[in-house]
Amino acid sequence: MITLTHYLVLAAILFSIALVGILRRKNLLMLFFATEIALNAVNIAFAAISKYYGDLTGQLFAFFIIAIAASEVAVGLGLLIIWYKRRGNIDLDTLQSMKG
Amino acid sequence: MVEAIAFYLFAFLTIAMFTITVMSKNALYAMSSLAAGMIFISAFFFLLDADFLGVVQIIVYSGAVMALYAFGMMFFDTTKDVQEKNPSKKIVFFLSGMVALLLVLIVLSPMISDKVKALYPMSDEVGNAEAVGIVLFTKYLVPFEVAAIMLLVAMIAGIILASKRMDESITLKIDEEIERSKGEQQ
Repeated sequence: MITLTHYLVLAAILFSIALVGILRRKNLLMLFFATEIALNAVNIAFAAISKYYGDLTGQLFAFFIIAIAASEVAVGLGLLIIWYKRRGNIDLDTLQSMKG
Repeated sequence: MVEAIAFYLFAFLTIAMFTITVMSKNALYAMSSLAAGMIFISAFFFLLDADFLGVVQIIVYSGAVMALYAFGMMFFDTTKDVQEKNPSKKIVFFLSGMVALLLVLIVLSPMISDKVKALYPMSDEVGNAEAVGIVLFTKYLVPFEVAAIMLLVAMIAGIILASKRMDESITLKIDEEIERSKGEQQ
């Protein structure tokens, strides 16, 4: 029997995987991938809570999260392309332009 | 029983795919495994009776978002491995492990669930998509419209940022050079 805890633990594991990615990646595109994983982990938790409490609000929040993720990708990728044209790479360490 | 088998199978597959995404050196492998993981996640939504959410997950994530990434990656050099220097792997895994432990402890702790009351309870009379539509267009109409405006703004921003005057690099040149080249063309 699969309970709510199963789903929550799965969401926590996926979120931790995303956290490893966010902490260890230096490439900005890979960093974006890790953010997507984190958003999806939260979506699973929302859907699971929605089912086990019999409340639709969780699913609706998951919809809004998906909408936010889609617009984040659109804007972020545009900025990333501009940065790549300007600098030739998308490494996080090259983001600093001030010396100090 | 079927639910348990499906849950463990898809949990294993999702964790494996996302681990590849996080650990892979190749950007193309990372993106492909991320797309696969997104599709496996939609299986959880179908298991959780959130049919409409599962379909939206497949369409928006595997369709739109991953296609956007695939097109975006045409601008970057993805054939060579991603060079990353990590000062200390130990601290990354230590921090992530601690956060994972904390999260698991939080979700394992018993919730005060007797007090939780469903605001918009699911009913068996209407299907999932219909129920979602009813709640979305009554109680969450304003957030829905705001989300629509946000998507429009994001779309315009994406178009302006990525595709404006693609034949010449608007970012490498300074503004006067662009103006000059425009004048020469005329």
